[in-house]
Amino acid sequence: MLFYDRLQFAFTITFHYIFPQLTMGLSLMIVYFKWTYLRTKTEKYNNAAKFFMKIFAINFTMGVVTGIPMEFQFGTNWAKFSELTGGIIGQTLAMEGLFSFFLESSFLALFIFGEKLMGQKLHFLTGFLVFLGSWASGYFILATNAWMQHPVGYEILDNGKFVLENFSALFTNPWLLPAFLHNQMASIVTSAFVVASIGAFYILRNKHSEYGKLFLKTGVIFGLISSVLVAFPTGDWNAKNVVKYQPATFAAMEGIFETEDAGAEIVLIGQPNMVDKKLDNKIAVPNILSFLTYQEWDRQIAGMDQFKKEELPDNIPALYYSYHIMVGLGTIFISVMLLAIFFLWRKKLYTIKPLLWIIMFLVPFPYIANITGWYTAELGRQPYLVYGLLKTSEGVSPTVSSGNTLFTLLGFVALYMLLGLLFLILVGKTINEGPKPKSH
Amino acid sequence: MEIFWYIAIAIVLTAFFILDGYDFGAGIIHLFFAKKEKDKEVITKSAGLFWDSNEVWLVAAGGMLFMAFPTFYASVFSGFYLPLIIVLWLIIFRAIGLEFRGQFKYQMWKDIWDKSFGISSLLLALFFGIALGNIIRGVNLGTAENGISAHEAHYFFLPLWDSSFSPLTTHPGVIDWFTIIIGLIAVVTLTIHGANWIILKTNSSINNKLKTVIFNLNIVLTLLTIFSIIVWQIVNPNALDNFINKPYLLIFPIMYLIGLIGLFFIKKIQKNSHAFLLSTLVITGGIWSSLASLFPVILPSINNVNQHLTIYNTAASEYGLSTALIWGVIGFILIFVYMIIQNRLTSGKIDNMDYGH
Repeated sequence: MLFYDRLQFAFTITFHYIFPQLTMGLSLMIVYFKWTYLRTKTEKYNNAAKFFMKIFAINFTMGVVTGIPMEFQFGTNWAKFSELTGGIIGQTLAMEGLFSFFLESSFLALFIFGEKLMGQKLHFLTGFLVFLGSWASGYFILATNAWMQHPVGYEILDNGKFVLENFSALFTNPWLLPAFLHNQMASIVTSAFVVASIGAFYILRNKHSEYGKLFLKTGVIFGLISSVLVAFPTGDWNAKNVVKYQPATFAAMEGIFETEDAGAEIVLIGQPNMVDKKLDNKIAVPNILSFLTYQEWDRQIAGMDQFKKEELPDNIPALYYSYHIMVGLGTIFISVMLLAIFFLWRKKLYTIKPLLWIIMFLVPFPYIANITGWYTAELGRQPYLVYGLLKTSEGVSPTVSSGNTLFTLLGFVALYMLLGLLFLILVGKTINEGPKPKSH
Repeated sequence: MEIFWYIAIAIVLTAFFILDGYDFGAGIIHLFFAKKEKDKEVITKSAGLFWDSNEVWLVAAGGMLFMAFPTFYASVFSGFYLPLIIVLWLIIFRAIGLEFRGQFKYQMWKDIWDKSFGISSLLLALFFGIALGNIIRGVNLGTAENGISAHEAHYFFLPLWDSSFSPLTTHPGVIDWFTIIIGLIAVVTLTIHGANWIILKTNSSINNKLKTVIFNLNIVLTLLTIFSIIVWQIVNPNALDNFINKPYLLIFPIMYLIGLIGLFFIKKIQKNSHAFLLSTLVITGGIWSSLASLFPVILPSINNVNQHLTIYNTAASEYGLSTALIWGVIGFILIFVYMIIQNRLTSGKIDNMDYGH
């Protein structure tokens, strides 16, 4: 029963999160383009803002139609979880609806249709409000997730229900701010890489090359800053939260099977061998993990041997790989962007073709990094829905049979395949048409 | 506090049915009455410009229900698992129909997405009506058999249909002859509403014809309404008790009646916004009459073992509800401001607005 419910949620949320991770970051870059236009009065920047608003709108639509199923699934597939915790996470989810969706959708329409009606300054303002709405949405979702990772401000009644005891605790949760900032920086990485990739494509194809240069330059600048911020300090803060509040998860995601008294090594490569409880083909650097975590070379970090089996995440290899893919990709992003910035500074970036090809083809990887990052958070929280308090197996709907869940899962897979195909056609068409305004 | 949130959610849901209702209706009109390309295009636009901000109301209603009545949310969403997921799929089909139609100029491409938009609009209206029918009829809470519940008292699961298609069995399905009637009422009502929207917002060439359509559909709606009230007595003999005990609740059936009668004068009404207001009255009156007939119950139990779900036995804690009141009021004021701004900028006919994305 549980398996299909988990698979359906994982599948639908993975597909859904392709879209918001772009729109959150992209809205910031649109605001930047529009702002630069207002300052410099150079038409190019305004066209760039409008072009990316088209891309934004397609992604926003996808985000809406794949987002409604997310909200519904709390009730349809995780009814027991909803019943027990709705009094708490219902607060943050309802606030998302009231404070961000209305803001985002009302002003998105105005941004797209209202430029002539409103004048440039108001047009900038509507763009800014769209940005605000999309980030607020992320904030409320992260607040919800933070409570599941590190529950605060609650009381448990005799019937097992979680009751809200302190509303403001939901927003001062120590898990929330690092997770939110890490997530938002990662979303800027995605948008920056998309912008840079389109830029590289235009230059390589020798089409819209004026915009190609603008996009590439803006993309790599945003890309470098955000790639660095994702790792340090925000990624670092998150890792410290995990070791503090979910030590078993930390051991599993880092792949530490045995506790080493003289300080923990950092694993770069290796395959978890769950039978012999060790990493196969391991490449590791001694003592680095202890230093990164506590700034002490020989500080002991608890390995998986210190925890009971039922306290450990239930899919350790998947967690380990998710985490290492995210970190590995993050490192590659910083390297490539440093290289790009170097050549931008030497005024050679637009002519070094191999680098342009790399930047163009790098575009799927920030998506993978974002999604594996979320897998790390969610697989790491297992076997709990509410960490330490409510098991995932206790949250599932009691009356929905696995046959029905498999039916809807198959339906979602088929429908989302179609949706994904249409999305690619539409984005491809928009990119191909380019940012030049239509001649009327 | 429970009553406050009950009313707030009812208002948000009603707003959803009024707003997204007109674009469902526009889809149905599009399916059956739009023949010329120009009309198809402008009707698609009259829905396409607004559907996503309209559907936000559904998301808001869902979120508020989750927050204020978590037990009801859990019970109903898992109990009506299949129809709800199918509704989600239809919402997706409708949205892609609206968004993708104008992207390529090939006739075949347009035809596919026209049908996708039209048929999913029709089915959604039907399903939402059926959902209301299920709430009025009640369900076998706890899946009780011979006095013993198979599940906790507030959980149930409904198949799409039971072979008898009768609301009077111990295990009715989602679709039976009673809920179908309510579903048809929803389809007819929203078609009228959508026609009014098209007349109000566009210069389509079928505007005059649509007035005749509204008049004819209104006759059908009147007959269906009378019929449904009669069969309602069979399904639930106590259906009208609340109105007898609390006569002020009659305001809602009266709203419905005013709307219904007013729509017979559709050809004489000078201002199109007045006609739109009448179908809005029908929708509002219909939903609130149904809710008022049940109050404070929100999902009746059709067995004697488990009690009805009410706003009191499904609500979140008092502290949670009163905290939410503070941010809720702020949120609603903001929404109201956005709506005023949006309305001022998008008033009037939309035929020449750019629908480029």
